[in-house]
Amino acid sequence: MQKSAAADAAAIPGIASPSRNSAIPAQARPADAAAISKIANQLRISSIRMTTAANSGHPGGSLSSADAFATLYFGGVLAHDPANPSWEGRDRFILSNGHICPVWYSALGKAGYFPESELATFRQLGSRLQGHPQKGTLPSIEVSTGSLGQGFCVAAGLALGLKMDGKASKVFVSLGDGEVEEGCVWEAAMASSHYKLENLIAFVDRNGLQQNGPTEKVMGIEPLADKWRAFGWNAIEADGHDARQILGAFNRAKTAAGGRPTVIIFKTVMGKGVPFMENDHQWHGKALPKEKAEEAVRILEKGA
Amino acid sequence: MAVALNANVSSTPAEATRDGFGKGLVELAEKNPRVVALSGDLNDSTRVDWLREKFPEKFVQAGIAEQNMVGMAAGLSLSGRVPFAATFGPFMLRAADHIRVSIAFSNLNVKLAATHCGLTTGEDGGNAQVLEDLAFFRALPNFTVIAPCDSLEAKKATIAAGEAAGPHYLRLGREKTPTITSEETPFKIGRAEIFRDGGDVAIIACGIMVGEALKAAESLARERKIEAEVINLHTIKPIDEKAIVAAARKCGCVVTAEEHQVHAGMGSAVAEVLGEKMPVPLRMVGVRDKFGTSGKGMELLKAYGLTAEKIAQAAEEVVKLKK
Ligand SMILES: Cc1ncc(C[n+]2csc(CCOP(=O)(O)OP(=O)(O)O)c2C)c(N)n1
Ligand SMILES: [Mg+2]
Repeated sequence: MQKSAAADAAAIPGIASPSRNSAIPAQARPADAAAISKIANQLRISSIRMTTAANSGHPGGSLSSADAFATLYFGGVLAHDPANPSWEGRDRFILSNGHICPVWYSALGKAGYFPESELATFRQLGSRLQGHPQKGTLPSIEVSTGSLGQGFCVAAGLALGLKMDGKASKVFVSLGDGEVEEGCVWEAAMASSHYKLENLIAFVDRNGLQQNGPTEKVMGIEPLADKWRAFGWNAIEADGHDARQILGAFNRAKTAAGGRPTVIIFKTVMGKGVPFMENDHQWHGKALPKEKAEEAVRILEKGA
Repeated sequence: MAVALNANVSSTPAEATRDGFGKGLVELAEKNPRVVALSGDLNDSTRVDWLREKFPEKFVQAGIAEQNMVGMAAGLSLSGRVPFAATFGPFMLRAADHIRVSIAFSNLNVKLAATHCGLTTGEDGGNAQVLEDLAFFRALPNFTVIAPCDSLEAKKATIAAGEAAGPHYLRLGREKTPTITSEETPFKIGRAEIFRDGGDVAIIACGIMVGEALKAAESLARERKIEAEVINLHTIKPIDEKAIVAAARKCGCVVTAEEHQVHAGMGSAVAEVLGEKMPVPLRMVGVRDKFGTSGKGMELLKAYGLTAEKIAQAAEEVVKLKK
């Protein structure tokens, strides 16, 4: 985590010295690209195990997003403190595509927000690991999500509030590529550039698939980067399975200036890492049967 | 007098009410070439796929954009079509204002099919288990609101809604439940049906709670010598006041059961009728001011007290309150 208060001050016009109110906590040394890729595979394995144990849930997008989550949480991108989840100076994260919470919960567990043994209770009655993130269940869930598009609007409001208070914290928000079909995504996009929310960083999992098939067949969203640019955003495109590119994109977004929020479009593959799941939309919202899951874990363990 | 039900429930395969909707939609489209269906990236789960597979040209993919889906359905109705717009119940509410102004206020011939309503949506958790939809839809002028009790009734309700004029809301579920009605069981929008005769307490239910009410009535008769009349109030709006008043007069007390918040749901609709026309002791079985949570559908019904046992318990209590 290399945060420069000076860079932040420059990034938020009209605000002299944005502050985090307290020192940034010491964190484990950020993982390098090779280590991030290993962690991503561990998150994939965990996502497969969780969904198969629950016999439901959404493995496809969890696997396509794993590298971005590994980078965000373990590559020194997000300022956060598992020992003090409500640290006021933290960067905020919102999972607007709430259905891919297996990969997020896996990252939170690995980071130490709760015992990893709890991952096995995902989606069961009484578990803190709800089928979609619910505020008040686990630390670091800022808002309940699962109804697509809504988390992004909340992220915009949170970024606006932090900016009004002169805070240096960034707001990161994850979106699915099917999710951007929701109208409110574009309402929030418009508002974010209107209010010059440089502290807002959105990333879209451009795996090309949604529940009923390819996005371009269900409801064409291209040209996606140009749409964001037309809405007043910086748009960065990167390979969402290349940790170095992901790191580079996040770091560019963090130092963005000029009154524009930044979106990173990560080109990804649904089901990444498990050949028999890749690019197949049936795995958007279906758990692998037990034997298939064991096979998937064996394949992924080679890269973990 | 009680109507004929399915005599072979145990040998009839369990089906979800969304399945009945899919079948009804296909049957309607075979009869009426003006029927079209829209879905928001949920054609498979809502069963609209069954229509799409047979009549691809009658299907409109709206993408993940419920407000626009509902608005386009309104527009399609203006071109003389009979549009069915389907999504999960919780996401239908995303379009609430569009539904209110474009459809209800304009009194357009649009049919909304909300699958995955209630706790039995299961593992997806509280955000996905809508327990407030009836509150909204039954407050909307011009809307007809139907919560069928099983797959077969859902099929009949879909066909009836497609043949009737004006806005209709179909409340459907994901979980497979026993088919308690038969082809012979009458279904008419706006007419409650007596599913079991009794004179000690009237149990008024809708959706999959009708099956639980019938089970409760059997155990009450067996174990408590209480004869419960069971009424299937599939149409919540317009409500069958006559049937409700007659049952209250005959039995002297009422229990309602629904997979919804007790506030502003079916039970509240019954309470409104009773309060004005025939005040009698009432107990409401439903969700009490709580959100749902992750778990298996049937497990959740138990955890939230939406079971035959709880209905029977409420019946025993309310019978004691009779003057
Ligand atoms: C408002 C809303 N409409 C519909 C859904 C149901 N739904 C959940 S995920 C999904 C597909 C999302 O596609 P995408 O964002 O591409 O995610 P991926 O399949 O890639 O994980 C749909 C339709 C929802 N959760 N919220
Ligand atoms: Mg996608």
